[in-house]
Amino acid sequence: MTKEEKYTLAKWAMNHALENGAQEVSVNISNNQSSSVEVREEKIDKLEQALQSNLSIRLFVDNKYSSHSTSRLNKEDLARFIEEAIEGTKYLSEDEFRTLPKPELYYKGDGPDLGSLDKNFGSVDPVEKIQVAFAAEKEILGSNERIISVSSSYYDGLNERVMVTSNGFEGDTANSYFGIYTNVSVKGDGDARPEFGWGETAIKYNELKKTGTGTTALKRALDKIGAKKIESGTMPMIVENRVVSRIFSPLMNALDGSAIQQKNSFLIDKLGEKVASEKLTLTDDPFIIGGRGSRLFDGEGIATKKRTVFEKGVLKTYYIDTYYGKKLEMEPNSGSTTNLVFETGDKDLDALIASVKRGIFVTGFNGGNSNGSTGDFSYGIEGFLVENGEIVKPVTEMNITGNMKTLWANIGEIGNDVRDDSSWRTPSILFNDVDFSGL
Amino acid sequence: MKVDRRDFIKTSGMFAAGSMVLPPFVQSCQNVQISADVKSYLDHFEVTTEMLQKVIATAMSKGGDYADLFFEHKISNSLALEDGKVNRAYSNIDFGVGIRVLKGDQTGFAYSENIALDDMLNAAKMAANIANTSASFNAADYNEKLPANFYKISKKWEDVSVKDKVPFVQKVNDKIFGLDDKVIKVNAGMSDESSYVMFYNSEGRLTYDYRPMVSFYAVCVMQEGEQIENAYAARSVRRGFEWLTEDLVDELANEAVEKTNLLFKAGKPKAGEMPVVLGAGGSGILLHEAIGHTFEADFNRKGTSIFSDKLNKKVAESFINIIDDGTLPNDRGAINIDDEGNDVQKTYLVKDGILNSYLHDRISAKYYGVEPTGNGRRESFRHMPIPRMRSTYMENGPHTTEEIFAAVDYGVYVDNFSNGEVKIGAGDFTFFVKSGYIIENGKLTTPIKDINIVGNGPQALADISMAANDYKNDSGTWTCGKDGQSVPVTLGLPTVLVKKMTVGGTNA
Repeated sequence: MTKEEKYTLAKWAMNHALENGAQEVSVNISNNQSSSVEVREEKIDKLEQALQSNLSIRLFVDNKYSSHSTSRLNKEDLARFIEEAIEGTKYLSEDEFRTLPKPELYYKGDGPDLGSLDKNFGSVDPVEKIQVAFAAEKEILGSNERIISVSSSYYDGLNERVMVTSNGFEGDTANSYFGIYTNVSVKGDGDARPEFGWGETAIKYNELKKTGTGTTALKRALDKIGAKKIESGTMPMIVENRVVSRIFSPLMNALDGSAIQQKNSFLIDKLGEKVASEKLTLTDDPFIIGGRGSRLFDGEGIATKKRTVFEKGVLKTYYIDTYYGKKLEMEPNSGSTTNLVFETGDKDLDALIASVKRGIFVTGFNGGNSNGSTGDFSYGIEGFLVENGEIVKPVTEMNITGNMKTLWANIGEIGNDVRDDSSWRTPSILFNDVDFSGL
Repeated sequence: MKVDRRDFIKTSGMFAAGSMVLPPFVQSCQNVQISADVKSYLDHFEVTTEMLQKVIATAMSKGGDYADLFFEHKISNSLALEDGKVNRAYSNIDFGVGIRVLKGDQTGFAYSENIALDDMLNAAKMAANIANTSASFNAADYNEKLPANFYKISKKWEDVSVKDKVPFVQKVNDKIFGLDDKVIKVNAGMSDESSYVMFYNSEGRLTYDYRPMVSFYAVCVMQEGEQIENAYAARSVRRGFEWLTEDLVDELANEAVEKTNLLFKAGKPKAGEMPVVLGAGGSGILLHEAIGHTFEADFNRKGTSIFSDKLNKKVAESFINIIDDGTLPNDRGAINIDDEGNDVQKTYLVKDGILNSYLHDRISAKYYGVEPTGNGRRESFRHMPIPRMRSTYMENGPHTTEEIFAAVDYGVYVDNFSNGEVKIGAGDFTFFVKSGYIIENGKLTTPIKDINIVGNGPQALADISMAANDYKNDSGTWTCGKDGQSVPVTLGLPTVLVKKMTVGGTNA
């Protein structure tokens, strides 16, 4: 479907809903196309192609609310789908807090190009895609006698979306992505077969780093050989930038309007208070050119704004959408994160490691969870023991346990090795006094 | 289950049943002998046997060894309650066909959301590209496969109006608020799913399935002073509307309140290695993570699982029998046929302590020269099938729970979990404990909460030193993720003792 066709169908669906009993309507239509090739033992292992369309509709009927989606987009089916959805909605309870956003909050269509789309998407020769995957595998195939299995993948995709609402919003987005991923398993000690996967991604094909996934994955898998748990203890912990999100997401989840209103947050009523170390200063910036989380409007159509989330540990904002804004009597400010940018310290990862007398450098998490209302957490970890500033040996089969409020109050140092291939632009972070359990 | 003409393509399950028949449908003027059941599925998907054959022939046109078509029409509905009212509903319709071509162990895959012949042929051409010769394909004779019938139901979810479901969700809220003054919030909801599946392959096999599913959950939030805690109770089964009863509402409400209350008194154990007693039921998560995934044959075929060299070797005490079963009546993990059209079994993974079988899909069964075990599953027609678990559990052992507790000086007892994970190659697995107790001198003492337990698969399996005779299946909303695909599963366990695992806790 072209963009114009999507707009036409979305408006038709919106009008059909309005004509059949809905007072307010919001419609999204999306197209996604994707392809992937995975190679193994110098053969194509899997070849996949997909083309997907979806319509989703939010209905506000007699102060009642429901939302629906379907992959069947012919008008005959859609008409019935919408009519039945409206009828069903009438059996729900009223909810006075459900409305579309105020029109003055909508994005008005004058924003810059945020570089989210490769305009040449679709022009990459399929043969070249396969060669890229083979080349990644070839980087390491047969290079080390410990190798058991190597698989490399190339994948790409394009997501296009239009959205219309009955109180005047119209907007569209298009995002592309390209990626390479290599996974390698190696013979370890005993029966263990350590593995590691390393990937590169880009918004534009020409910016995709096409080499190195194989060699990086192999080095990291070999580094894990012989990993064992060590004795339990309270120690500093350095978390690598790639995996910081596992312990950072509970902090961000605690700022969500729904979690606040439903009492499932450990940061209720904390706006303006110091809730973390003063080393934590964080900005939500939707406008970074080429940023993976860049966007001009959110899922409701509300125009995005740059804002401070934490300033020297003081909580400056919650994430409030229209519905929970009404429930909490707070101004809606968009309910989702865009690009999260940390104010960095002056040490890179090596310097962070060098600063630790005895601690653990965490490079991966294994399961675990965090209690939303209390912040109590416990996660499985793997990584390396650090002694006197040097990596000594790999560790695994251990847990870290504690409380999010204490953890984030105990930041030792924020690194400067920010990753830019994720919307959460996390650096490596050193935390003090973390409870590890092992032997 | 037989599909009658009335159950044609439903545009939504939001409303009462029987209202919609989608015109125009293709009258199947078949020139082969097919049963009324198969015909109803062909009509449901608006295809004829001739169309199926054309699509398969195109899929095989580049020299593939095998091809299959997986048609799926899934109608999902859910209702949710917040702040005292059932004030939101969601529904989704998914419809399409996945086309897969195999060449040796290589896979080509594409899907189409439209079932017009040209759209299917285009997808078949894409999938065919996994092979690169040209070949002529002779269509196989139809061989109709009657599916099993593990989930008999009385009233289909498509035939149930929102109006009839709302009161159950409302009641669970009211019941929870009535049970304890500390309750400050309740979230509750129900979701149901009706999935029609039809399968055809290049060997001529034509089969079908109708898969109902319902889930019902309640989250209870309580406050005592400054402390806020929450816990949930959930059930999920392949049953119809008749499953919803007042008793079920009471059961969910009581469980949610009990679990939440426990947390106010709970603390953390000492950090480190210690004996772990796993309570009967949901503790089957141990098997799912420690053993189940590492027994999936795709990992073993590639040599990447820590159990790759262990077939027919002793891996556990001889009283241990571990099963992956797709045949449990009305179980969330049951399937009448797997997603490759194969029979579903009760598969012994470990029999008398010996590794007996991996979990196979078509590709791995061929590689190992064994019959498929009926573990080829997929999230939807948009995904290719891979080896997946169904219901994974351990049979009863020779011990009593009293004997098990008596064997522990200091350790933990755990019976309530939220999630787990495993590293296939290293064998390290974890599961997250929502609540349990410390065991001191054979007795349950202080409650504990929110701790992760980590172990190593082969070691933990070998360390199961006792198993009781109180096996329980857990009918919670377990969903297993692998390669980006989610499938419903269940699990179960009798009370067991694992000699040692590493328990999250404090070093204070």
